[in-house]
Amino acid sequence: MSLTLLVAQLLNGLQYGVLLFLLAAGLTLVFGVMSFVNLAHGSLYMIGAYAGALAYGASGSFAVGILAAMAAALAIGLVLEVTIVSRLYRRDHLDHVLATFGLVMFFNELVRILWGPQPIFVQVPDVLSGTVDLFGFTYSSYRFAIIAVGLVVAVGSRLLIHKTRIGMLIRAGAQNPQLVSALGVNIGLLNALLFGVGAMLAGVAGAMAGPVLSVQSGMGEPVLITTLVVIVIGGIGSVSGAFYAALIVGVVDTLGRVFLPLILRQLTERSIADAAGPALASMSVYVLMAAVLALRPQGLFPARRG
Amino acid sequence: MKTSSAFRPSTWIPLLLLGLLAIVPTVASGFDQPYWTAFFARILIYAVAASALNLALGYGGLVSFGHALFLGIGAYAVGLCAFHGIGSGWLHLLVAVAAAAAAALVIGAISLRTSGMAFIMITLAFAQMGYFLLVSLKHYGGDDGLSVGSTSRFGPFDLGSTSAVYYAAWLVLVAILWSMARVRVAPFGMALRGARQNVKRVDAIGLQAHHVRLVAFVLSGMACAVAGVLLANLNAFVSPSTLAWTVSGELIVMVVLGGIGTVFGPFLGALLFFVLEEVLKGFTEHWMAVFGPVVVLVALFGRRGIAGWLEALNRKRPSPGPPDIVAPGRA
Repeated sequence: MSLTLLVAQLLNGLQYGVLLFLLAAGLTLVFGVMSFVNLAHGSLYMIGAYAGALAYGASGSFAVGILAAMAAALAIGLVLEVTIVSRLYRRDHLDHVLATFGLVMFFNELVRILWGPQPIFVQVPDVLSGTVDLFGFTYSSYRFAIIAVGLVVAVGSRLLIHKTRIGMLIRAGAQNPQLVSALGVNIGLLNALLFGVGAMLAGVAGAMAGPVLSVQSGMGEPVLITTLVVIVIGGIGSVSGAFYAALIVGVVDTLGRVFLPLILRQLTERSIADAAGPALASMSVYVLMAAVLALRPQGLFPARRG
Repeated sequence: MKTSSAFRPSTWIPLLLLGLLAIVPTVASGFDQPYWTAFFARILIYAVAASALNLALGYGGLVSFGHALFLGIGAYAVGLCAFHGIGSGWLHLLVAVAAAAAAALVIGAISLRTSGMAFIMITLAFAQMGYFLLVSLKHYGGDDGLSVGSTSRFGPFDLGSTSAVYYAAWLVLVAILWSMARVRVAPFGMALRGARQNVKRVDAIGLQAHHVRLVAFVLSGMACAVAGVLLANLNAFVSPSTLAWTVSGELIVMVVLGGIGTVFGPFLGALLFFVLEEVLKGFTEHWMAVFGPVVVLVALFGRRGIAGWLEALNRKRPSPGPPDIVAPGRA
């Protein structure tokens, strides 16, 4: 097992983690501020992926694809917030689970009706199809771009939350929505905005994942469940916690997928090891989450509460 | 008092449906439609699983998003035993129930340290863990599943035929509905339902809410595993898809659709779920595009489910009996 393989897999893990962070940032804020369980976040990711793939295919420009994904996810996110989600904030989590489970069924089937069950394959844009040379070691520019975008979003969201008035209102809303509302802030609008931005980030994640993964109906759910793991590990409502947890989960999952089969090969037959490795790697993330919750039920980096 | 309650629509309508279901195999063979037996057997089995979930979800207020795991444990208990040449149904049942109890004890002990959202997530995570574990076991079919060569044999009674599974599922359902009705008013059920509303008060009167909830979670998992045993025999096939997270979601939908926290709700919910699925499938292969919005509407407006609607019928007619015990709203 060479050093280059390890570095490449670490970067892959980073890339996956960053993608998870884009999903987790919006979801954890919706969890933390509105206390809303949104299983349909994966559907917004899928919508972003489809909008991105179709707009990219039609226009030939990947940037247009990304913009289309952002617009589509933002629009659908806002419509969902106004029509369904905002009615459920005051209900218990069971109603959230139920309603968004229904939405997941609907969107998966809608996509299947509109674009069929076959996955759509998206080309990596020409500009980013090459490789980057890092100290004599090459790595795909596209994956590198994903990491860069994710880091930019992470820094941007940190600045937004800690340095701006909106961010202050978000933090205040997370602690005591009634009081913020009593101070004359339109908390309903703030919630809708937050939900919309979260949806938009999910859409970006979907569009960027398009060339790496296949775009198809139901693509949102595996990544959603991993994102939920990220949020629980990071501490519900904490964006910085989501960032660290996303990187941890991304790296653990990716390294597990690559190295567990190699390790298992030492112990058992090659065919069994190759089959069992990835599945055990998928489990490793859940084991991590169970361990974190058993030791620190509030997550590793819980949001500070007043 | 007991007799008057039996004549309420919320009681006699489910009982009538249950009675009608008892003659389905006879009618189906009369009309030479064996598919009906298999279809309704599936409903009965999921009704058992949903009723089991209702103990944790409805009575206990524990939103478990991972009950498909216990269904899968029951199914794989049959699958793995049969794979190794064990045909005794008693042993299948023992393995299923014991494994589910052990799993539920560990999962419950960890999950109950959290509440609210984290509880939903961690139960989901454990179910996913089980799912991926079974996918990884290529020796037992992995992703493709495992056919059950020899079905469960309880002495002379063999769950090999669809009608045998049907009658067994019907009996199990009747038993679980009866137990749920008894538990609802038993001290244990009272403590459990009390803990759903206010843990501190239950603790304050000297009961241990945590233990009550853990016991309910374990019992719920064990009953779900029995449904899994029946399911494996019905399909003569087990696969990790039994444990898919969507199955956990569907079980929750059945419970809420029928009426959460009621005795007959999960049974009515399972019945409506599959009948609606079957009817919608008759119109379009994209039935989920219609069913999804229905679920959303149920979440938005139909919170008391079918059982709640039947209870509303009770109140319309003048009843000499005492006023109905209305299920308190969920906190």
